[in-house]
Amino acid sequence: MNNDIILKVDGLKTYFNTDDGIVKAVDGVSFELRKGETLGIVGESGSGKSVTNLSLMKLIPSPPGKIMAGTAILDGKTDIFAMTEDQIRHLRGNKIAMIFQDPMTSLNPFLRISTQMIETLVLHQNMNKKEALAKSIEMLELVGIPHPEKRVFDYPHQFSGGMRQRVMIAMALSCDPEILIADEPTSALDVTIQAQILELIQSLSKRLGTAVIMITHDLGVVAGMCDYVVVMYAGRLVERGTNDEIFDDPKHPYTQGLIKSVPRLDKPAAKRLFSIEGQPPNVIDLPACCPFHPRCNKAMDICRNTTPGVTILENNREVRCFLYEGDK
Amino acid sequence: MSEKKKLLDVNNLKMHFPVSSGGLLKRKVGSIRAVDGIDFEINEGETLGLVGESGCGKSTTARCVAQLHKPTSGEVLLEGNDITKVAKNELLKARMDMQMIFQDPYASLNPRMTAGSIISEPLQIYKNRGMLDISKAEIVEKIESLMEKVGLSHHFRNRYPHEFSGGQRQRIGVARALALNPKLILADEPVSALDVSIQSQILNLLTDLREEMNLSYLFIAHDLAVIQHISDRVAVMYLGKIMEVSESKELYKNPLHPYTVALLSAVPIPDPKIERERKRIILTGDVPSPDKERHSCYFYDRCPKRFDKCRNNIPALVDLGNNHKVACFLHHNEVAK
Repeated sequence: MNNDIILKVDGLKTYFNTDDGIVKAVDGVSFELRKGETLGIVGESGSGKSVTNLSLMKLIPSPPGKIMAGTAILDGKTDIFAMTEDQIRHLRGNKIAMIFQDPMTSLNPFLRISTQMIETLVLHQNMNKKEALAKSIEMLELVGIPHPEKRVFDYPHQFSGGMRQRVMIAMALSCDPEILIADEPTSALDVTIQAQILELIQSLSKRLGTAVIMITHDLGVVAGMCDYVVVMYAGRLVERGTNDEIFDDPKHPYTQGLIKSVPRLDKPAAKRLFSIEGQPPNVIDLPACCPFHPRCNKAMDICRNTTPGVTILENNREVRCFLYEGDK
Repeated sequence: MSEKKKLLDVNNLKMHFPVSSGGLLKRKVGSIRAVDGIDFEINEGETLGLVGESGCGKSTTARCVAQLHKPTSGEVLLEGNDITKVAKNELLKARMDMQMIFQDPYASLNPRMTAGSIISEPLQIYKNRGMLDISKAEIVEKIESLMEKVGLSHHFRNRYPHEFSGGQRQRIGVARALALNPKLILADEPVSALDVSIQSQILNLLTDLREEMNLSYLFIAHDLAVIQHISDRVAVMYLGKIMEVSESKELYKNPLHPYTVALLSAVPIPDPKIERERKRIILTGDVPSPDKERHSCYFYDRCPKRFDKCRNNIPALVDLGNNHKVACFLHHNEVAK
């Protein structure tokens, strides 16, 4: 089983130095990614899910950001954080590819799609321009763009939002990456288009054997797509488990509240929704305490002055909550 | 239904935005048919959910109702009074009964005004025009009671928007909308920009306020689950037309229009077991541009169930009984039989 692990992140900490103090955007996150598996990272805005993944690509602007601690072992061999800039450049877009939330801002509006796609292929795959163009057209066809041999010469503005996201996916998968990081890939899209794109990512990752890290705030997307789920709050992992475990039997009070507070189509409308009271915490100079305790309905005295550690439950489930400290 | 009083009645509302050519003369070269002839009504104390994809004209509809856009044609009757044709003073009076909540709590609050002055601005405006008799002390009192009502401490009165979180800002927006004791609130995607845990807080707040102040909502959202939660009736829009209107329960149990069916099947449900079993209807293609006059059904290009009749005829919104109206020929035949 362990041989399949292609990425093992351990104790990742990414801090930002700001005028107001140190922002602990990611503060101790660990997870594993196996070949062909889809891992979901869920959390609200500011929970550190995007910073986690930018750290993996070493794309954190430094200064002010800095990866303070942690390792990310790729293929059981190399630590990404110990790599030189040259080695990282070889990794980005080649072994690990990324798609972003807003396909308009992540494509260059001045360049034709062909130029942008060929650039990656020539750089990473030692192709000449002609081969790269043929490969680009093949990829566009794969993601379902009609008349790819003509559309490849279009500019980004000539595509609709959903089509642009397809171009992004084609570009990300063109070098046959082992890991695809999808950062809120459908949040800017309409539901009918979202369904198309999710279906596409799912079928392509199965076909090409790509492992996917899916970052999202939408629990519905996670439920439909992922094998494993990591829930984050205020820069920390609060819970980790398989998809079924998280939704059937959420352990952490935050996960429980999150699942209950979403209105659901398959259930008749309740009069009132469950809601987690209060506001998300400020992550600047967070004192030693459980960051969720002011909003938690099961808070105890210990939560207010001690930071909970990770407890490992049966089936390798992880939860960061004092409620389960005794269950080890 | 007839015993209920109609608060808002919209008839054949059209909003066509002109597209002009470049250059000096700015000739009109076409128009964007954002809203292309819609009818709906809202009864007192009722919430009408308006749902659809981006670009279908939901927000334009709300703006036309508030007269922020002058509609191209059609009537907007607020308590029987057609506010598209009234003089400016009359319109101001009508707007006291009709307030808006906007999507982005960051863009809809003036960063240079304090929370208190934002909330009291509607009162000030009407006071300055001599349309509202209210003293300074009363305004302060009103601000504090409104802030408590929406769940903000009145000590925050002198803070600026940047000192609040997204959810708290949206509460300020709600308080501002309530300042004039309106009857109708036009809520344009009020929870779309918020996180899940904050979203449920605001939805609960809106539900409580509706009962407390006997409000009616025109609630716009693209999230079908949110719409189901808050609405009594739901209208589904596509390309500037209403495709289906019905009681909320009926629509979600028994969707008739192929677009509504596809839309409902596309929404992910947060339960892995259900997700694995579900069959999705994946619509092909994108929403077409609303820049030309259509002679076919508006949904024709993407409809999985289209047939010959749909190509040359526009289906009307027909009531199939029990207030379930649908604009689709598939179901009109059943009525004829």
